Amino acid sequence: MRDLMAITARPEVISLAGGLPDTSTFPAATFAAQMTRIAQESTAEALQYGPTEGFAETVDCIVQVMGAEGMLPDPDDVIVTTGGQQAIDLICKTLVDPGDVVVCEAPTYPGAVPVFCSYQADVVQIDCDADGMRVQDLEEVLARLDGEGRRPKFVYSVPSFQNPAGVTLSLERRRRLVELARQRELLVVEDNPYGLLRFGGDPLPPLYQLDGGDFVIYVGTFSKILSPGIRLGWAVAPPPVMEKIVLGKQAADLCTSTLTQHFVREYFAEGRWREYVDSLVEIYRARRDTMLASLRDHFPAQATWTEPEGGLFIWATLPGYIDTGDLLAKALREDVAFVPGQAAFVEEGRGRSSMRLNFSGVGEDEIREGIRRIGVAIAEQVELYGALTGEHPVEGSKDGGHEAERSPTDEALGGGGDVLPFRKTGEAGG
Amino acid sequence: MKVVVLKGGRSLERGVSLRSGARVEDALERLGHEVVPLDAGGDLVKRLAAEKPDVVFVAMHGPGGEDGTAQELLEILGIPFTGPGVAACGRCMDKVLAKQELLEAGVPTPVWFAFNETAFRELGAADALGALEERLGFPLVVKPSRGGSALGVRFAASWFEVPEALVSAFSYDDRVLLERFVEGRELAVSVLGSEPLPVVEAIPGDGDRYDFEARYEIGRTEFVCPAELSAEQTEAVTSTALAAYETLGCSGFSRVDLILADDGPQVLEVNAIPGLTDTSLLPQAAEAAGMSFEDLVERILDLALKPAAA
Repeated sequence: MRDLMAITARPEVISLAGGLPDTSTFPAATFAAQMTRIAQESTAEALQYGPTEGFAETVDCIVQVMGAEGMLPDPDDVIVTTGGQQAIDLICKTLVDPGDVVVCEAPTYPGAVPVFCSYQADVVQIDCDADGMRVQDLEEVLARLDGEGRRPKFVYSVPSFQNPAGVTLSLERRRRLVELARQRELLVVEDNPYGLLRFGGDPLPPLYQLDGGDFVIYVGTFSKILSPGIRLGWAVAPPPVMEKIVLGKQAADLCTSTLTQHFVREYFAEGRWREYVDSLVEIYRARRDTMLASLRDHFPAQATWTEPEGGLFIWATLPGYIDTGDLLAKALREDVAFVPGQAAFVEEGRGRSSMRLNFSGVGEDEIREGIRRIGVAIAEQVELYGALTGEHPVEGSKDGGHEAERSPTDEALGGGGDVLPFRKTGEAGG
Repeated sequence: MKVVVLKGGRSLERGVSLRSGARVEDALERLGHEVVPLDAGGDLVKRLAAEKPDVVFVAMHGPGGEDGTAQELLEILGIPFTGPGVAACGRCMDKVLAKQELLEAGVPTPVWFAFNETAFRELGAADALGALEERLGFPLVVKPSRGGSALGVRFAASWFEVPEALVSAFSYDDRVLLERFVEGRELAVSVLGSEPLPVVEAIPGDGDRYDFEARYEIGRTEFVCPAELSAEQTEAVTSTALAAYETLGCSGFSRVDLILADDGPQVLEVNAIPGLTDTSLLPQAAEAAGMSFEDLVERILDLALKPAAA
């Protein structure tokens, strides 16, 4: 799969595969002015090593960002990391020994899977539906693990506009998850890169806010609200965990780039960071709407997809006989790419008929064209399958009553589990 | 010597090709050559005309670079290149064509039937599938005709699984083959010039098949080289591989993949330009023959410049 992804980087490919924010609207003049000021006022410091925990000024910016979602972290509990990805890595490094159980969502952030695997965690996934992780299933799994004398090191969740599914954990489930964490003294890692990218509806309190930071370790990032290129993220953890994270960070890379920390400091000093986030929200909302409309126009009636209220991703699930890894090969011949769903699951065979579609990285025309091309490729597969089996596709998706509009509330995402035929061959995959 | 390393391109095996290319470039540099890496794209002919290399090392895999397309351009430009020529590449890339040639030449290859998509869409070929059960049996293997690295290859344990497998295979090519599954040991014989290298055996991890991931992920598959075979088995496998290589008109180097069944070896396919990555089989076979990767690369260059030296 990684090898197919090598082709998605070709310039002629419309890539709905990445998780790229649109950095093209960031004003070049602002960037130039800030970098110039850094050069004039703090060249030596900006080119020097910095503290492992990060500059206090960076932490101030982080406190502002978290404050915008109602959180009030103690600055001493914050460490600046090289992107949110490093925060996940450091948390695993601190907490996970080979064979330890790590619980996450199904589907989960595809970039977290290799991290968990590299620390040889035993990854247990909990199905998501339209309201995010099914916390009732989590309770069952925890009880089962109790019976085996095992205790997860932590539960990893992207509660808001989840990557890859685009779903958001409901308030009720958030409360229940935090309650469970307290009752069981179980750590929850809340990864919240997209919380501020809300297109509509009421904001929900982050788990960190509900819990107060006792059992919730928080992971944040500037990647989606400012720039992924600056590689600035952070973790917030209670002191005993933080001490170990700092040691891990020291071993990994001593400190996060001081140059980009200076950039963030200057940028926040202007006091307009929220305006930029709001401008991104406008852009992404329009792109999401375009993608949803294109999906209704071009995907077959048997397909379902999520309708995210924010973030960067839509998760679509196709009839069970379609393998999205193979569909990607076909789509690439038409110069369009997406992420096959399998990457979001640890268990082999799951997610084979699902796909992650990104709507933030390319413009509306490309989204329309990209979805159209994928739709054509799917239609060919549906038609072929029909010719092979005598099963014919359900007609009439466009005039209402689309399956996706039912929204997959009661149905787990990605597996097509009980409703659709589920592939089971001896074929192996990664 | 000025060597252009041709790699990348648009094929699905682009990633593998970039890795093959990078490794070849390192070796060429260590050998003291002037190396120009070239990612095959729309400016290929212009770049080649401008660079005027002494030789092109073709490290491309899959359609575009391994099927004779790039080779044809190199012939037009009059630039010597490594590996098989246009016709051999074309035959090897298309499994249906290759198997027909092998069959006619009496080289054993598993029984198969080929279909194109039109047959199913327009001619009701699905109704003919039932008649194949007796000929092929289950499990059977469904493969795209043109494609490499086992991409799109599916095993169907029963008729129930055939439609899905066909949908998968047709994602890679508009022609697919249904092939009898032959139980046996998975072997590969690389041929350098006209010399077979030691046989490699691929032993997939528990329950795994030797699929795309297994091919390129270090540790997924165990390789044994030289394979533990009796002298008779080695002779049978090697001579069958050489026969396949010659039948398809290969030159320079290629790799023949076989299954060693109870009743002898059968050729699955011939890879005109086999992978040269860290986990690829040709470099392992060369090493078993006492050649370093540099030796191998130098030898491949020699064969391109002095075909008679084979």
